[in-house]
Amino acid sequence: MKKLILAATALAMSAGMGMGETVRLGTEGAYPPYNFVNDAGEVDGYERELGDELCKRAELDCTWVKNDWDSIIPNLVSGNYDAILAGMSITPEREEVIAFTQNYIPPAASAYAALSEDADIEGGVVAAQTGTIQASHVAESGATLLEYATPDETVAAVRNGEADAVFADKDFLVPVVEESGGEMVWIGDDVPLGGGIGVGLRQSDTELKEKLDAVIGEMKEDGTINEMIAKWFGEDAPLFE
Amino acid sequence: MTVPLMISQCADPASLQGLSWLMCYLTTGKHMLFYASFGVVLLLLAVTAPIALLFGFGGAMASRSRLLPVRWFGKLYTSMVRGVPDIIFFLFVPIALDQALEWTRHQMLCDTDAPVRQGNDFVVCAAAKLPLSTSPEWVHQTYGFILAVIAFSIVFGAFAANVLYGAMQAVPRAQLETAEAYGMSQRQVNRRILIPQMWSYAIPGLSNLWMILIKATPLLFLLGIEDIVYWARELGGAKTSAFAYPHPDWRLYYFLGILVFYLAMTWGSEKILARLTRRLSAGQATMGGEALRKGAA
Repeated sequence: MKKLILAATALAMSAGMGMGETVRLGTEGAYPPYNFVNDAGEVDGYERELGDELCKRAELDCTWVKNDWDSIIPNLVSGNYDAILAGMSITPEREEVIAFTQNYIPPAASAYAALSEDADIEGGVVAAQTGTIQASHVAESGATLLEYATPDETVAAVRNGEADAVFADKDFLVPVVEESGGEMVWIGDDVPLGGGIGVGLRQSDTELKEKLDAVIGEMKEDGTINEMIAKWFGEDAPLFE
Repeated sequence: MTVPLMISQCADPASLQGLSWLMCYLTTGKHMLFYASFGVVLLLLAVTAPIALLFGFGGAMASRSRLLPVRWFGKLYTSMVRGVPDIIFFLFVPIALDQALEWTRHQMLCDTDAPVRQGNDFVVCAAAKLPLSTSPEWVHQTYGFILAVIAFSIVFGAFAANVLYGAMQAVPRAQLETAEAYGMSQRQVNRRILIPQMWSYAIPGLSNLWMILIKATPLLFLLGIEDIVYWARELGGAKTSAFAYPHPDWRLYYFLGILVFYLAMTWGSEKILARLTRRLSAGQATMGGEALRKGAA
């Protein structure tokens, strides 16, 4: 009997090992082209493609989880999922709470967009998503900050006239401005913000951080990350050297 | 679920126009998830209402108990839950319950001395995770749904307890005394006289609660469950060419659809509740029952 139990346990354990470790990846699903829910209802975008490739190379069995931006850090530290890939810039404030891998998108520009060229971005009302580096930047700039829970609502606020301008990652705003047929225009200069975008992890999860750091480094070396950036953000997007 | 109704012409959305574009748009996989989420709301109502009624019944009976500690428990439950804002409770119960369960499992299943709280992190070993990381996504969603049902049931159970307690007090004492005079035990009095008669007093309060419960279902969205509000906001938002069906901000139309859904739900409920009130009044020594008796004569 004892032998039978031992054999069963050994079998169960080896079966578990063959599958590889299961890692749950959290994302917002509302920030095209970084991450969004496509028309089939699945997570899609740059981060989906990148995340799947990272998991393949690190031999992890990954599943995607959607979570609101507001609670994306609290739900990571309480263990609902194991990593955040949601266009989250690496900042010192966030590093006090969670750990980041090395960046998978180089430091990129943020930009203002508005309905007219004479919108006031220094003293007017500027919309930004809650809890983003752009929101902190607007708060410090002297303009009145209007915060929204989702990126889409920040753009809608400008179209509805509730805000004079929207401030967000330029890569997010490019399709919005270009496809508006001249309705929306760029205002002022681009603003470089943050230390690039990395995978957010629990500080206690050092093992996963090592694994992901290694494969991100590998993908930077062989140029696959640059290819993906060019595919999703256009040829003009900043690349890794 | 991800395979939409495969109308062959939908393969190339960019070439479509007018009605055929709209037909294809409304049958995407994402829209199917939206339609399915109406089922989630109905399921929540169907599961929560009886459980909350049961909690309410327990709370009301406890509040009437002859044993002091049981009475205290009943009173404490109703006054405490009723005294806290619903939203706080909805946010508190699922997190507290989830962490309590995982902590308990950690103590039982994990062979480690590592503390559960490490800095900012709440870490339990892989075997103690609830649900397990390896579980398919529907298990995670069902688990979240069950936590939501528990939160809803505790809150609405407390209100129901108060309604039922009031209804039990409203049954004329003479009715119970007569039963006692016939030699029925306390239990028999409760089962044969008190409970059947209290419903007609309870129904106005309970129907109110049902209406509030219907209107509280969008709180599911707060708990991270992908309900109709989540999908309406997601589908209604302006879409760039990253999507197969680009469109401007259509949230207004989606929210209008939800508005109609809720109006239909509450309107239908009112009809059914009115009939129920009529039926329960029959033969009762209340004004409603008296009116029915005179109408029939």
